[in-house]
Amino acid sequence: MARADETPGIRPRSTLGRRLDIAARHAFPAGCTILLMLLTETPFGIADQAALLPAVTLACVYFWSLFRPAAMPPPVVFLIGLLFDLLGYLPLGVGPLTLLVVHGLALRWRPVLSRLGFASVWLAFAGFAVGAAALGWVLTALLSFRLLPFGPALFEALLTAAVYPALAVLFIRAHRTMADPERA
Amino acid sequence: MIRLSIQARQALAKLTLPVLIAASFGLMLLGKADALLAEHARMALADALAPIYAGLAEPLAGLRDTIAGATDLWDIQAENAQLRDENERLRRWQSIALALDAENQRLKANLRWIPDPAPSYVTARVVADAGGVYAKAVLLSVGPNHGIRKGEIALDERGLVGRVTEVGARTARVLLLTDLNSRIPVILENSRAHAILVGTNGARPRLTYWAEGAMPQEGERVVTSAEAGAFPANLPVGTVHFSAANVPEVVPAAMLDRLEIVRIFDYGLGGVAAPEAPGRLSERRER
Repeated sequence: MARADETPGIRPRSTLGRRLDIAARHAFPAGCTILLMLLTETPFGIADQAALLPAVTLACVYFWSLFRPAAMPPPVVFLIGLLFDLLGYLPLGVGPLTLLVVHGLALRWRPVLSRLGFASVWLAFAGFAVGAAALGWVLTALLSFRLLPFGPALFEALLTAAVYPALAVLFIRAHRTMADPERA
Repeated sequence: MIRLSIQARQALAKLTLPVLIAASFGLMLLGKADALLAEHARMALADALAPIYAGLAEPLAGLRDTIAGATDLWDIQAENAQLRDENERLRRWQSIALALDAENQRLKANLRWIPDPAPSYVTARVVADAGGVYAKAVLLSVGPNHGIRKGEIALDERGLVGRVTEVGARTARVLLLTDLNSRIPVILENSRAHAILVGTNGARPRLTYWAEGAMPQEGERVVTSAEAGAFPANLPVGTVHFSAANVPEVVPAAMLDRLEIVRIFDYGLGGVAAPEAPGRLSERRER
């Protein structure tokens, strides 16, 4: 790891196992996002299950952009967005654009947001959820040349905001333990 | 790896986001210009994922059945009595139906009626919900060399489900009749009036364009019409129900929220291309 040599200090020898460990910890945010996205498509037989995909994707991208931007760089966000389009049967490009805008704004407001408490971050995320649902609605309507009903977009925004705390609690724990590259 | 100065690296890092946002707009244009590309990518992904979902579907269905079985135990006695009652009623109807069927056959024989050709069909398991926020569809797992084509008609044991819109190597996507893009020519059974069934993404599609003076009646059966050659005649679609806002809607006969197994019928029709789901304009150019 070239980056490790830039900081002075005593550290364990860089064995293969250790390097794999560090790589896995770096890949955790993107990996668990993709895994969760695939999981939402599993046939659980829940009503309106399709709205879970945008909810989970947005919550993951927002959380990791805010708390570990190094592990959620724009190219990864773009790829997640592409997968989101393909899994969610949206016109191509809607997912990458929405997620990149969320990622960019989360990064821009990171100095403020990361100092706030859990409830405030959640409240900010609710705003992001409404904005993302609205952007998705506008883009999908434009790209398919038709007026779409507001209901699904509103439901999507509500569900996205509601899903966040459950995921964030898990991610905060992972962020401090198994996904922390410092602990490798 | 090329060694760059810190300033150059920082400038590059700052550029990534705008460049990728521009790339997303490019992707939208590409998706519009070549809709087949998106469709192929989708079906390739679905083909790759379908075996996993199919493998998971069975234990999940088992779990659901166990939970449903536990709740059913509570009201098993009342249900039994109700079922016995219903069975009696259905037996009477069965004898009527058999008599009518025999009579129908006799009349058709007298009229030299040319019977409709028996359609061929394949049965497939529903492996995943292939809808999105703005679409209602299901993904079917079909074997390789399935021979399913776009525009074929999906039915479950009770009635019409929808039409095949995309076909992959091992999967097929069926757009449900409740989807926003679904338009189905139907006949109201009592008045024999034509109408169009319009999907709304809700549980009950709306009836529109019925003939003047042939108002749909509450509880009236709705069947498909052979008009335009998109559907064969007389497939059961559902029953008319008036919403609170007094809009005639159709309660689908098929159990669209709990689809497990559907049959895909090939009636050899090619009248109207399958409806376009959002983001797809492929059908017309492909022909």
